Amino acid sequence: MQAFEYIPATTVKEAIAILAREGEQARVLSGGTDLIVQLREGRRKVRAVIDIKQIPEVNELSYDPATGLQIGAAVPCYRIYGSPAIAAAYPGLIDAVSLIGGVQIQGRATLGGNLCNSSPAADSIPALIAHQASALVMGENGERRIPIEEFCIAPGRTQLQRGEILLSIHIPPVSPYSGGAYLRFIPRNEMDIAVVGVGAWVALDQSGTTITAARIALGAVAPTPLYVPESGAGLIGKLVSSETVAEAATIAQAAARPITDMRGSAQQRSHLVGVLTRRALHIALKRAGYKSA
Amino acid sequence: MANKTAVQATINGEDVEFLCEPHQSLLEVLRDVLRLTGTKEGCNNGNCGACNVILDGVLVNSCLVLGVEAQGKRITTIEGIAPPHGLHPLQQKFLEHAALQCGICTPGFIISAKALLDHKPHPSEHEVRHWLAGNLCRCTGYDKIVRAVLDAADVMAVEVSK
Amino acid sequence: METPVAEQAKATEVSVEERHYNIIGTRPIRHDGADKVTGKALYGADVRLNGMLYGKVLRSPHAHARILSIDVSRALALPGVKAVVTSADLATLDSVVSRVGEGAVNWRYLSNNILASDKVLYHGHAVAAVAATSLNAANEALNLIDVQYEPLPCVITAVQAMRPGAPILLQELRTNELGARGEIPTNIASHDQNMRGDLERGFAEAAVIVEREFTTGIVHQGYIEPHTATAVWGTDDQITIWTSTQGAHDARRQVAEVLQLPVSRIKVIPMEIGGGFGGKTVIYLEPVAALLSWKSGNRPVQVTMSRFEVFAGTGPTSSSVIKVKMGSASDGRITAAQVTMAYAAGAFPGSPVGGAMSVILNAYRMENVQIDGYDVVTNTPRVAAYRAPGGTNAAFASESVIDELACKLGIDPLEMRRINGAKEGDRRVDGPLIRRIGYLETVEKARASAHYQSPLPAPSTPGLKVGRGVASGWWGNWPGGTSSVSVIVNNDGTVNLIEGSTDIGGSRVAMAMQLAETLGLQAADIKPMVVDTDSVGYNDVTAGSRTTYSTGIAVHKAGLSIIQQMRERAAQLWDVESASVDYADGVISSKDNHIGFKELARKVGDGDGNVVASISISPNGDGVALATHIVDVEVDEETGKVQILRYTAVQDVGTAIHPAYVEGQIQGGAAQGIGWALNEEYVYDQQGRLLNGSLLDYSIPTALDLPMIEAVIVEVPNPTHPFGVRGVGEVPIVPPAGAVANAIANATGVRMTVLPMSPQHVLEALWTQGNERV
Repeated sequence: MQAFEYIPATTVKEAIAILAREGEQARVLSGGTDLIVQLREGRRKVRAVIDIKQIPEVNELSYDPATGLQIGAAVPCYRIYGSPAIAAAYPGLIDAVSLIGGVQIQGRATLGGNLCNSSPAADSIPALIAHQASALVMGENGERRIPIEEFCIAPGRTQLQRGEILLSIHIPPVSPYSGGAYLRFIPRNEMDIAVVGVGAWVALDQSGTTITAARIALGAVAPTPLYVPESGAGLIGKLVSSETVAEAATIAQAAARPITDMRGSAQQRSHLVGVLTRRALHIALKRAGYKSA
Repeated sequence: MANKTAVQATINGEDVEFLCEPHQSLLEVLRDVLRLTGTKEGCNNGNCGACNVILDGVLVNSCLVLGVEAQGKRITTIEGIAPPHGLHPLQQKFLEHAALQCGICTPGFIISAKALLDHKPHPSEHEVRHWLAGNLCRCTGYDKIVRAVLDAADVMAVEVSK
Repeated sequence: METPVAEQAKATEVSVEERHYNIIGTRPIRHDGADKVTGKALYGADVRLNGMLYGKVLRSPHAHARILSIDVSRALALPGVKAVVTSADLATLDSVVSRVGEGAVNWRYLSNNILASDKVLYHGHAVAAVAATSLNAANEALNLIDVQYEPLPCVITAVQAMRPGAPILLQELRTNELGARGEIPTNIASHDQNMRGDLERGFAEAAVIVEREFTTGIVHQGYIEPHTATAVWGTDDQITIWTSTQGAHDARRQVAEVLQLPVSRIKVIPMEIGGGFGGKTVIYLEPVAALLSWKSGNRPVQVTMSRFEVFAGTGPTSSSVIKVKMGSASDGRITAAQVTMAYAAGAFPGSPVGGAMSVILNAYRMENVQIDGYDVVTNTPRVAAYRAPGGTNAAFASESVIDELACKLGIDPLEMRRINGAKEGDRRVDGPLIRRIGYLETVEKARASAHYQSPLPAPSTPGLKVGRGVASGWWGNWPGGTSSVSVIVNNDGTVNLIEGSTDIGGSRVAMAMQLAETLGLQAADIKPMVVDTDSVGYNDVTAGSRTTYSTGIAVHKAGLSIIQQMRERAAQLWDVESASVDYADGVISSKDNHIGFKELARKVGDGDGNVVASISISPNGDGVALATHIVDVEVDEETGKVQILRYTAVQDVGTAIHPAYVEGQIQGGAAQGIGWALNEEYVYDQQGRLLNGSLLDYSIPTALDLPMIEAVIVEVPNPTHPFGVRGVGEVPIVPPAGAVANAIANATGVRMTVLPMSPQHVLEALWTQGNERV
């Protein structure tokens, strides 16, 4: 692996100062499951690696039914699904965090890292978008909050400016009659990069039959994880039915801009967006309390 | 070599201090600096599990951990799980079930299985397969490995209840 | 690999009746097991020598290019770099073909594969290597080697390479056309043919004819241990090499040829090997490490491949295109079969098309048959053996067509195989008469199995489709080559068994058991060990499913020699004629005396001449292996994904020495075959660059992708082995792809004609053939 300086930062301020000073030449290390591979393969070259795991704020994982879920940038996946309260409240998020890599990857990998790595196929990002999550970012000039769907701007590139660091991800509190789901398609049953990923979230009215809100986000079908507002919007006010769900899936398919690569063809991906959107919506609806007739 | 950092860690119950460069992975440190070559390199990319170790109670790929990150940590490798003059039940069951052929993936499997049983003493077959999915074996088709882990879980449960 | 069978091998034949064994058939713990579960076992990359340098290999970024120049000066100037080698450091070898291991090697091509000379022929082809004081320095030095290339157009598949006007890889290559040398430059190295009977008449007799063309991708053995070699070129010019190899003596011979040195100058120390499956029968790094050691002033040098290098730089097995036309009478009798198959060899000739030509129809009686096979060079890594080389692709094609014939005729697929199955006395498609085999027994056992007798499970989710498929496989094995062992009786009554056959999956315990059975001892009384090339006679590679068979015969013979010596020692002790001394179950006795093996060993001690035996044999026997597999699959027609629900593998193993390791071979082979069937394939871009050279993107099955694999052992003893052993390692990889394809057809009505049957390929087949479902 290339030589670099390892800096275990102990405060956010320290990390920000180094990021401001070094710019592209510094990179934050949390779980390292992407960064270490990139450094080893020479896909990323840096002078300094800033380990943030000793910074208390970014290790916080807290859930409050009133305020929602806050996930520090350095919290590994296993801590998220290891929390029964979080698992019960956000099964759609758990879908994603429990299938990133294998168990040993989940012991290290973080949602913060998944987000900042900005892979179009990142598993957690469509789930976070569907859940209307936002990122809390801190820089030399203070904090700002970025909706997750705006966070990634290109493969490997994010909204983070020089000197900015991701502190945490926030997911709003669970509203009644709502549910989320994440599905990805991979050729094996584990350990693969998504050919297509779909995050879905829905809310129903009190009768449990009419959709009041919905969000759909897609992975691996565009240069960045793709929020498809029109797909969710089309569901609002409609009675739950197979046809309604199929329409949303068709809209999602139309929004996808897949390419052909070694993991799948454009045609296959486009088709899978339809299949997975439909399936993810059905799971989300069920979790929201919809009981099929 | 320039820029070596002194790192203190507890490896297999022993306090260890070593020097390493920032770019050296924990896997390199174990194998080349500490000469604990029981931890194997299969892909150096987090995809095969041959290098798995337990870091502060959490299963990790040692190729995806920097050596310097081991500062202050407790690490368990394949060399550290057997009692003196004996074998861990997993090791014993791997032998009894012929759950290894070439043996290169075996240390990683045993470490992963230990992490599983530490975390979940009575796993189902599906849970074993899920937990071990990050460990690749090309010789066995996994059948005997899964049986060995399930059998070890049973034996350990009996030992605990005694 | 196929050896012409062996009518002349009768001399080695022994009669094997129903026999009772004490040790054979039991499941003792392997002798090398404790070291392997505790991390103490030393594999190739675990070698640590004082002053050791790290070597790395520079590889071609191009699939096909002329090397215009190589400038290593900047690399050599980098601090820490001690040596650089290129093909200029290797002698130019004559284009001479020799048998090495199971196959033929052209020494010039072997050398050019180790370090490219005038051209690079595939992405990943080795061009130069460096040795430095750290891995980092070695990697950095690679970036400083300046290679000027003139890129050339490339061909990745056999079909591309055979097209008129295709770019030519090897200007000197001429087709060996049924024995005659062609005249024009070509990528077709050879065209062979097996034929018999009258095709036209056979097809005229057919009630049903099926004709399909199958294509299969390149797959890799996927052993978890990357190739590695550590070498010291001593100041006395003796070379020591620690390596991971399936055959230390073969490795020594290959290094000797490439370096143009006598074998006596080279000692190869075989370390524990982390899988091979045929892929570690050829050398890549050993001469490079040796030359780096020499050029760096005799320092030890270790070169270990990265996982990408394993995929890009070592031999996978062939991609292929196979056309099968087969006709059957309405009673299910196959009346004619015509096969044309082209296998891609990679950069240099030598695909396993010959083995494929025998696999594809040998399990069946064929009166009217013609098989044409082409060996074709392509801009991909030179293939190496992979478990029943060529067999999986071949059986995928033939077993699919036989299944389709059975479907069309409304005959149970196992009944179809029973009707046509070969047995003793039939003539193989490739010529020789078939001796005692257990093919029909595997078919019957499969038919009677709980799996086949049970109904298909219901789909796990409504809408998914389930199906069942069967397929059979033939593999000729290599019951030949040379095996040498030495046996030493220790004065405590234990016995050292010194072998040279690489133990790749438990053969030490299988050898120890055969010796224990012969001597009437326990397996634990035997101490088996695999030693270096200076310390035991020549041994051919652990490949071709030969080791438990051939080395087992050597072990048995050595045991018989020990028995004779122990009888003589007892005769001396008791002052009787040795002819009057008997030996049975580890007890030596005469009319008035008896003594146990251990006690006699203690009495004999060390001072009175050790009891030892050394044996070297070349059995040239027979030992064809056959298998029949059953699989249940679930197909998600919306995604194309296929899940294996249940798997049963029935195999004639002759005699199972250690049943657990026999089952392990069957399960492992089936698992590799399932991986090949479902997802494994090299993916190249337009420029011939390998895109998926990692264990992330080259998808071998995980524990979550497979069910338990039920191994059903059938024992039809092989008459050419003292205990009836047949090689078991290879044939289990032959049927899986065909079985899975047939199960998919059963589930969906769609016939897959491409490997892998990945979700993408299954979806495409469903889309294109959806309206022709049967």
